Amino acid sequence: MKATFRGGVHPAHHSKQPTRGLAIRDFVSDTVQIVMNMNIGAPSKPCVKKGDHVKIGQIIGEPVGGLGLPVHASVSGDVVAVDAIPYITGDMVQSVTIKNDFQEEWEELHPLGNVETVDPALILPAIKNAGICGMGGASFPTHVKLTIAPGKKCEYVLANGAECETHITCDDRLMQEHATRVVDGLRAVMRALDVKTGIIGIEDNKPEAIAAMEKAAQGRDGVRVQVMKTKYPQGGEKQLIKVLTGREVPSGGLPIDCGCVVVNVGTCAAIADAIIDGKPVIDRILTCTGAVRSPANLRVRIGTIAADVIGECGGYSTDPGKIFFGGAMTGLCIPNDSLPIAKSTNGVVVFTKEEAVSAEEDPCIRCGKCVDACPIGLNPYDMKISADIEKWDDCKKKHVMDCMLCGACAFICPARRWLTPSFKIAKQKITEIAKKEAAAK
Amino acid sequence: MMPILYAGIVLAVIGLIFGLILTFASKVFHVDVDERVTQVRECCAGANCGACGYPGCDGFAAAVVEGKAPVNGCKPAGAEGARKIAAIMGAEAGAEEERQVARVLCQGVKGVAKERYTYDGYKSCAVAATVAGGPKDCRFACIGMGDCMDHCAFGAITMKDGIACIDDTKCTACGACVNACPRNVIRLMPASQNVMVRCRNSDVARVARSVCMDACIGCGRCKKECQYDAITVENGYARIDPAKCTRCGACAAVCPCKCITTD
Repeated sequence: MKATFRGGVHPAHHSKQPTRGLAIRDFVSDTVQIVMNMNIGAPSKPCVKKGDHVKIGQIIGEPVGGLGLPVHASVSGDVVAVDAIPYITGDMVQSVTIKNDFQEEWEELHPLGNVETVDPALILPAIKNAGICGMGGASFPTHVKLTIAPGKKCEYVLANGAECETHITCDDRLMQEHATRVVDGLRAVMRALDVKTGIIGIEDNKPEAIAAMEKAAQGRDGVRVQVMKTKYPQGGEKQLIKVLTGREVPSGGLPIDCGCVVVNVGTCAAIADAIIDGKPVIDRILTCTGAVRSPANLRVRIGTIAADVIGECGGYSTDPGKIFFGGAMTGLCIPNDSLPIAKSTNGVVVFTKEEAVSAEEDPCIRCGKCVDACPIGLNPYDMKISADIEKWDDCKKKHVMDCMLCGACAFICPARRWLTPSFKIAKQKITEIAKKEAAAK
Repeated sequence: MMPILYAGIVLAVIGLIFGLILTFASKVFHVDVDERVTQVRECCAGANCGACGYPGCDGFAAAVVEGKAPVNGCKPAGAEGARKIAAIMGAEAGAEEERQVARVLCQGVKGVAKERYTYDGYKSCAVAATVAGGPKDCRFACIGMGDCMDHCAFGAITMKDGIACIDDTKCTACGACVNACPRNVIRLMPASQNVMVRCRNSDVARVARSVCMDACIGCGRCKKECQYDAITVENGYARIDPAKCTRCGACAAVCPCKCITTD
């Protein structure tokens, strides 16, 4: 019996991953458009202007505020535009467009050397300067996550290699091909936080990645690999902690409240790159799959336009119905393929018109499947009743704020109820009301 | 014959006893209800819309009698309702305010506002607004999924060609739609204010025009034309001050974008 958590679902296309056995391929496009709000927090401020020549790794966006991160040029060449574009949320975001001259000129890098010998105090600043944010999709600035509040103690660093999302296989390939880098990154985090135990959690549908990681972890201080059952949302922060350590994050709390820090394996690799090579985040691995001719795992530069990624994969195999950044469960729908990929974009998934059809909502039949599926242990059907009549207070009492919008309830619902969107709105409204009340005080 | 008689007598005696108890109880546990509360309640529109800020019409009626709420607080009941309530309360109804109505400040119907993508998800503007910034390219446009229609207790709102249309005669200015709209395109204004700028796009002219044929580009021609100084151009779009506007319509005639309407 492999370790797992209560609830969860098994999306059918979990097994349909044509990119699972494909090696990572490099792809450099001739133009990149780098947006300034790639991480949670205030958008960075562009510090180049049209006509400037930039080198790879040069800072083109300066951090703003406590959660801000620098943004680096991902190709060398001339800046052809600095303007505002509507990004995923529809809000206008500053972006820098660079025409690639393919000279691959690099800004001077400042490597810190081996992760086992580097001064631990230098690790967090290096992570910040490299512009690293959660590469698994959350895009939370990593240096902020790793800054432990006074009075809290971190006992475990967990590397998240669950990759429970449908369609996406980039972390699997990363662990197979760059296992040492992932372990190096994990060790760097452990040393920065002075933690003795580091666990890499991987789902059992990736045997090659497990073997590679076990080999890489051999002889490394306190690092071990834990195999987990394949189930969605195994890669959720709270679920992963429960499975790997048996601890539970308290309601409304953060992983650090139970002595854990969770870092995605992609982020680990980026941290290793930042310390060993001094390389900022200028590229990432993503999976382009779905209705494209030849699905692939690509290492692309940050700011590559989605259409170029899809073009590299042979173009659309049929009329696209929907395009996602990320997997089908938690990914974000993009309005068209002209948007550039960000640091946290782990996949470009194309749905056909048939796949993309939304079902009509039927009345709840009180079967309770959503209750069984909820990995947090909430009552989705009950929360939906309150959300539909806009009783936000009741929603709050039913712990809608603990909902992580994984979509397991909506996925399993035989009446095809729109549970997740309702909870998203409920969370928004409750946050809005709380902000208003705070402002009134 | 006798058993029926006994039964009848017993029943009558029981009825009498309970009748006495009830009479006694009603005297001892009597609660004073101000009859004005019931009368005021009857003058309200009865839609429980909550526009007055009290929990339903009962809450409002109680508040009026307690002197906490103004007699003209029920907007759906209008001036006539205010007069009636004032008569009950023996107060002045106050200067008659002009009837307000809700108006949709967007003309982004299908074919005019550019569609960003075809949305076929959950029929809710609030949800659609979170999916890639809404189905229309304009981030200020009416989304047209009918959140306002669902919240209207008076059936005044219909969806036409992808935007909301409000029937002036049915609208009671309760403001439920104003609060429901995630895009803030519905505003309350005096019913006589027939001249209005039906656009709130604050992007620069180039962007505004590229997303909607009828977008206000903030050119200021209306401002120059207006002899009464009623128009201001702020944040990239024009606004009309209903207090200064004489409804002459000169601004609508010169608007190059046809976003000022007079109907």
